[in-house]
Amino acid sequence: MNSDEKTLVQVRNLSVTYHTRLGPVSAVNDISFDINRSEILGLVGESGCGKSTLGKALMRMIMPPGEISGGSILFNGKDVMQFDQKRLRDFRGRQISMIFQDPMTSLNPVQRVDEHVIEAIQVHEEKPDKEDVISRVKALIERLGIQERRLRDYPHQLSGGMRQRVMIGLGLVLNADLIIADEATTSLDVIVEAMLVDQLREIREEFGVALLMITHNIALVAEIADRIAVMYAGKIVELGDIKEIFDNPLHPYTRGLLRSVPSIRLDDREELFKMSGEPPNLTHPPSGCRFHPRCPEAMPICSRIGPGMDEVSPGRWVHCWLYQDHPQKDRSTIKVNA
Amino acid sequence: MRELPIIINNEENFSLVEITHLKKWFPVQQNFLDQILAGHIDHVRAVDDVSFTIKRGEAFGLAGESGSGKTTIGRLAIGLEKPTAGKVSFDGIDLSSLCDEDLRKLRRRMQVIFQDPMASLNPRMCLGDSISHGLKIHYPESAAEHRDITLSIMEKVGLTPPHFFFTKFPHQISGGQRQRVVIARALITNPDLILADEPIAMADVSVRALLLDLMVQLKNELNLTYLFITHDLATAKYICDRIGILYLGRMAEMGDLREVYGYPLHPYTQALMAAVPVPDPHKRRTQIMPAGEIPNPINPPPGCRFHPRCPIAKGVCSKDEPELRELRSGHLVACHFAEQFL
Repeated sequence: MNSDEKTLVQVRNLSVTYHTRLGPVSAVNDISFDINRSEILGLVGESGCGKSTLGKALMRMIMPPGEISGGSILFNGKDVMQFDQKRLRDFRGRQISMIFQDPMTSLNPVQRVDEHVIEAIQVHEEKPDKEDVISRVKALIERLGIQERRLRDYPHQLSGGMRQRVMIGLGLVLNADLIIADEATTSLDVIVEAMLVDQLREIREEFGVALLMITHNIALVAEIADRIAVMYAGKIVELGDIKEIFDNPLHPYTRGLLRSVPSIRLDDREELFKMSGEPPNLTHPPSGCRFHPRCPEAMPICSRIGPGMDEVSPGRWVHCWLYQDHPQKDRSTIKVNA
Repeated sequence: MRELPIIINNEENFSLVEITHLKKWFPVQQNFLDQILAGHIDHVRAVDDVSFTIKRGEAFGLAGESGSGKTTIGRLAIGLEKPTAGKVSFDGIDLSSLCDEDLRKLRRRMQVIFQDPMASLNPRMCLGDSISHGLKIHYPESAAEHRDITLSIMEKVGLTPPHFFFTKFPHQISGGQRQRVVIARALITNPDLILADEPIAMADVSVRALLLDLMVQLKNELNLTYLFITHDLATAKYICDRIGILYLGRMAEMGDLREVYGYPLHPYTQALMAAVPVPDPHKRRTQIMPAGEIPNPINPPPGCRFHPRCPIAKGVCSKDEPELRELRSGHLVACHFAEQFL
């Protein structure tokens, strides 16, 4: 196995297909990427681009009518696709944990906060010492800024921000290596969101946990992530260091997307970029590159053949014919300097 | 039929909407038995003494966190709710003086765009019928022209070709197009005021810019007045001329948008502005956020409502409620100690 020390998750050629009444929908289409240890990777895209499906696929939580239709996921060098049910159960929770948009639907309404955390430990650890468990829970909850008396509260008595912190706590208490946060801050008010972002940064420093932030909010990713993956219609179209991509976006979709993000700063440009069209329906995705009908740079080849994911400079991956050679291409390839 | 008293006043700077000392308290114990058992009635003070005016042709933004009362103010402004106290007047007409029938007639001049277009459209009505419904209600006498008016307004909001979209149903079109249908429906009665309650919060980034642009363009073309309700300060920047920042049912700060964003004087506005993530990884936020969350509006803190979270609060803040004061030209702030930020 070639997984070096730095890499936590290796995803290769992963595809997820939903078998719907209207035909198969390829929500995740042949995606490959890595997640490094203790990094914050932002996965951004518009609704329906497959970002949540990708997050769930990493935990092998795709339910029928969906299925992982191809590819491999290596977690800590182990092949997740080969895990049996018992192993999977241990894997989810102990190594990987997920936070969703609405914490109220993830927490049990008739269970107190401490019971949630204690249960998580009891399920995943053999014969835990009760005293030890309680002291661990207390220390963790306090670390997350929730007062000790709140431990005996029910989820509905907590504010939205606190509920989300309880969910983070459930991931941390078992020392998970990766927390997937799927729109975890979307339902929170800006100030609470900003506090949670601060906390996630601290947690990463302190616990060395990797974070996959799935969100539609590009400004939020700019605030927190080390690397960013931009997804469009079931494909990752660009992946790389956050500063590099914001300074010099290469894929035409990324370029348009970044220029259409509203900014609160008065000295920023007044006009937002208006991208033509809307994201496609994935039951009938466009041929070739899925972005070509909206792409200002589209060439004849783009509607015929889909490009591959190419490393154009170290650590910088782009899924676009502008940067790749092909005998059928009628324009010269743009070279990217490292 | 009684005629409405219509005062047409197109003077520059004439205020179309005037809201004075508006209050809306919702009883917590809704039914009689609960009230007896509790022995008293608690109230959620959703809106607690708010005043502002919207000039004709202006886009006024109301921003705040959830529970700040922004949606309730919007509903009060167009007469969907009756205020507990205070007055709403529209084009010089006091809404509380109108009977239901007169209010219904006046509504032709004030229309609403809500957040979720799928929830605002009848799934069993084709788009053309949905859009022209307002005409049927308000102008039944001119039924022959309804189709043409509808087609032209559809073209105006970018549903082209309009004949193609006329017979479609909401589930057959995309989210961005649905919001255009809702905008078309709001415009069909040729209103003066549009209440837009988080109109683009659900749209994707790439679609959002187009919708914002459409709203700005329509406003200029049709001389519309907007009451734009949002939690997203960054979006408000692209559409609003003036903005009011609400906190727990009170106006914390109000003024020209560029004034308020450029020189935020209320500590709450400052925190809010700092909390909005900026799409630039080179300029990450370093400010620390105020502790705590927005308090319970049933028992709001005494004095200034922000004082428990405020970094500059002093003794007086927990006793005296600050009034809105004009500290810069056209820029009002409700804070005892805002002078230090001048």
